[in-house]
Amino acid sequence: MEQLKTIGRELAMGSQGGWGQSKEFLDLVKSIGEARSKVEEDRIILREIETLKRRISEPDVTRRKMKEYIIRLVYVEMLGHDASFGYIHAVKMTHDDNVSHKRTGYLAVTLFLNEDHDLIILIVNTIQKDLRSDNYLVVCAALTAVCKLINEETIPAVLPQVVELLGHSKEAVRKKAIMALHRFYQRSPASVAHLLSHFRKRLSDNDPGVMGAALCPLFDLITADVNSYKDLVISFVSILKQVAERRLPKAYDYHQTPAPFIQVKLLKILALLGSGDKQASGHMYTVLGEIIRKVEMSSNIGNAVLYECICCVSSIQPNTKLLDAAIEATSKFLKSDSHNLKYMGIDALGRLIKINPDIAEEHQLAVIDCLEDPDDTLKRKTFELLYKMTKSTNVEVIVDRMIDYMISINDNHYKTEIASRCVDLAEQFAPSNQWFIQTMNKVFEHAGDLVNVKVAHNLMRLIAEGFGEDDEGADSQLRSSAVSSYLGILGEPKLPSMFLQVICWVLGEYGTADGNYSASYIIGKLCDVVEAHPNDITVKAYAITGIMKIYAFEVAAGRKVEMLSECQSLIEELQASHSTDLQQRAYELQALLGLDSHAVQHVMPLDASCEDIEVDKNLSFLNNFVQQAIEKGSQPYIPESERSGFLDVGNFKTLHHHENAGHGLRFEAYELPKPAPPVNISPAPHAPQITDTIPASEPSYPREINQNPNPSSSADTSSANFEIKLQLGGVPMKWGKPTYSSSSSSSSSGTNSNTANGVAHRDGAITAASQTRDFTYNHRRQQVEVSSEKQRLAASLFGKSSKSEKKVPSTNKASRASFPNTEKLAAKPLPAAEAPKEKISNATPPPPPPPDLLDFSESSPSIPPPEDPFKQLEELVGPSTTVAPEAHDIMGLYGLNISPVTPANRNSEEANIVVANKKGPNLRDALEKDSVARQVGVTPTGNNPNLFRDLLG
Amino acid sequence: MGIRFVLLVNKQGQTRLAQYYEYLTLEERRALEGEIVRKCLARNEQQCSFVEHRNYKIVYRRYASLFFLVGVDNGENELAILEFIHLLVETMDRHFGNVCELDIMFHLEKAHFMLEEMVMNGCIVETSKSNILSPIQLMDKGF
Repeated sequence: MEQLKTIGRELAMGSQGGWGQSKEFLDLVKSIGEARSKVEEDRIILREIETLKRRISEPDVTRRKMKEYIIRLVYVEMLGHDASFGYIHAVKMTHDDNVSHKRTGYLAVTLFLNEDHDLIILIVNTIQKDLRSDNYLVVCAALTAVCKLINEETIPAVLPQVVELLGHSKEAVRKKAIMALHRFYQRSPASVAHLLSHFRKRLSDNDPGVMGAALCPLFDLITADVNSYKDLVISFVSILKQVAERRLPKAYDYHQTPAPFIQVKLLKILALLGSGDKQASGHMYTVLGEIIRKVEMSSNIGNAVLYECICCVSSIQPNTKLLDAAIEATSKFLKSDSHNLKYMGIDALGRLIKINPDIAEEHQLAVIDCLEDPDDTLKRKTFELLYKMTKSTNVEVIVDRMIDYMISINDNHYKTEIASRCVDLAEQFAPSNQWFIQTMNKVFEHAGDLVNVKVAHNLMRLIAEGFGEDDEGADSQLRSSAVSSYLGILGEPKLPSMFLQVICWVLGEYGTADGNYSASYIIGKLCDVVEAHPNDITVKAYAITGIMKIYAFEVAAGRKVEMLSECQSLIEELQASHSTDLQQRAYELQALLGLDSHAVQHVMPLDASCEDIEVDKNLSFLNNFVQQAIEKGSQPYIPESERSGFLDVGNFKTLHHHENAGHGLRFEAYELPKPAPPVNISPAPHAPQITDTIPASEPSYPREINQNPNPSSSADTSSANFEIKLQLGGVPMKWGKPTYSSSSSSSSSGTNSNTANGVAHRDGAITAASQTRDFTYNHRRQQVEVSSEKQRLAASLFGKSSKSEKKVPSTNKASRASFPNTEKLAAKPLPAAEAPKEKISNATPPPPPPPDLLDFSESSPSIPPPEDPFKQLEELVGPSTTVAPEAHDIMGLYGLNISPVTPANRNSEEANIVVANKKGPNLRDALEKDSVARQVGVTPTGNNPNLFRDLLG
Repeated sequence: MGIRFVLLVNKQGQTRLAQYYEYLTLEERRALEGEIVRKCLARNEQQCSFVEHRNYKIVYRRYASLFFLVGVDNGENELAILEFIHLLVETMDRHFGNVCELDIMFHLEKAHFMLEEMVMNGCIVETSKSNILSPIQLMDKGF
């Protein structure tokens, strides 16, 4: 071999050019290819930019040379440098008569420019001209460019021509025209609204490529509006059937699977069409069963199709046989050694448990394996699954795991996601308030600045309102535990701002409530918070208001108040603050300290954050004042609606927000000038902020103030409270009674005592859970193998529910029956469903599934002898269409199209490629390539031998 | 949208081909490519061929020294994309004969043309190798 290569080199020494490019280009590629570092690469490119700038604008550059320059420009941009100096030359190249040059020009332009670039306008004309070309390669090049370059405004310029090309005699042109139209639809659905029927028509195109392309826009259209395409179900099913039966030309086969990419697309479409539609689903069952039965499970592509089948089966109306097949396929995925298949299996499981939550139990160990796998991708996918299968019985274990994981990662994007999932689950399924608060503490501590503000407000509300039951004892216990846990946490460095706000609020409201901590201790802590966060105005505001509350409670209780020196200096500092909000709070605190205990009690009542504030909307207490003013000759008040000026509620709202944010600047236009009577009857001139705030939130907060002036509702508490209350409308009580699925509620009622038990042993969720298990199933204990950590985890994730189901079979049945999608499943013979569960409780693999009609063991790939594909193509056209009279001829053309090319292909026969490990490389090619490369100076023994390695080697 | 970008990057993190189906600025591309390559290079053979990155899912496959990375949306079938990559390599192999990194570098535009035939608007539109290659071969012959 080596000898032959040497001879090849000798032979090639004589010839010039080799790959047809100049020495300069080959040198560039060589140096980029052998560059050792990014720095070196950058240096090469910067030098190249200089060369190109000089050369490209020389007067008589040949077109061939220009093409090469443009490819070099592509390199420049690809490697991260600006090549805008040469864009115009790429645009000019699109005018070239030579197809190859023209297409290179278009390619460069699409790589360089986005659709809103100024140069695009210069290309539209060329595109229009090219769309009319006789050479179909030119038309194709133009259509490819259309997909990338035409924006909403230029669509009309090419639309008529594109539509015309849908009927072109060349299938390649029709295909690209369809995709151009698809692009227009993506850009501006309205621009092609009258042309949507073309997509349907192309579904019955004679060429399978065009049909396959038409599926792409149809998928988008069906996603947007399922109901308008229900009539196509039969056509899609029949196409899928024909594809699966190998009626398409062999060229579409991939690793012995017939047109798998078209199958996948069709399955996606069917999943959309069959979702929630019994009749449409009915049409699909047979073909889905066929595909699942026939699919080649040993190849990746077969599994890709199989996975898509599972997705489809779990999306359409459930069919028992298909579901069983899907479950079996899923379990094969999960048991596979390949991480890719496990990943797909976990995903598939997540889809199937929506139909029948019990399925997960069979795979508990596989799931735990994936959860503990060092592979991050697999882990995340498994967390996604756990999120979907969380219920009140396993929420503690799952959320604990999630939080541990959340702490361990650095990726903020995913951290945010998983934090919000934790919060979501905790809100839905929290077994106890205490657990909820501790969970929230962890989430806040580690991802506080990433979670939504709403979460913080919800937490404050929960602490203030308690469980919603009339158990004051439990509520105050909850608050004490919150206070003491926060005092502990405050010692830690670097707490997120959001979390500090919650802590300050809770300490202010409840810090001294249980008498465990003295007022001066809490105030000292709050002062420390302010000191530690000199730049966080919001935290400072929360803290100073917290201090104010503590003082108020002390004064109201008649205790003597000592002003701590650090607190006094804090007040003085804030009175001079640049933030008017902080100033206001400091002055209010100062003023409050001067009031007597009776007044203070009214101003700042104890634990009143949840009390409704009554707002006297009519401001009746001002009637006397108004009356007097009018008698003195003032103008009477004219209601807003009767005034010419307008001021809508939205404006009020923004006003309100700006006020709260403490930054007085407004960026929207001022309202029209108008009389200012509202000011005349403003009730409490010494508390303007409040009067602004209250009416602003009136629409959704119909409560009354009569405790005015009320510093207790200074922006801090009021904004917090308002936020909470405002959200109450949209967010119904999420925690407390689980409002999720009927199954979880019934099973939780079965294990109510268990849950309580679990909470009592709060030393560790896992042990608690397993203890519960042991407790319930004491008599079984001996049978259970010595549980490994994994099995215990499995039990806490899956086990409990299955046991409770076993224990209370009646509730189990009821819960199943009540689950909307499982009517058919409920009809499944119970023994079969019961048997695996029994095993699972012993943590052993499930028994072989009951035999079914879609048995995989029979899946001998009995490929029907491929008859003449052209003849059969007529059938592809399907029942919904008329068969084109000269289908044969057109297919003949299709054949002809490739025939002149085939000789060029002689070197690499199809068979050679299909088999992944090709034997020897083709001799001539290898020789040529080798010699040319050596000529350039790139050798397999050079700086980067990798450049030479066969990719498919 | 489906496919959002196709990247060929070698073991040293050098880009060999980049095709985006949505517009990103030069800086955004540079940053994205750097981050993704770092992530994928850190993974071993046994691990999944899929990586989540921001709101992309990246399906990647390694051939000799070259990584083929495809960024997709959430709704895509990852296994199918993995095989799509292989189809692309097989197609290149048929055209170049024992394709290697250098072939792609010397014929960057042809590699792009193949991809253009296979993917439009982020959707896979053509999977027949002869259909993909025929326009390229015709152009070679000077039609």
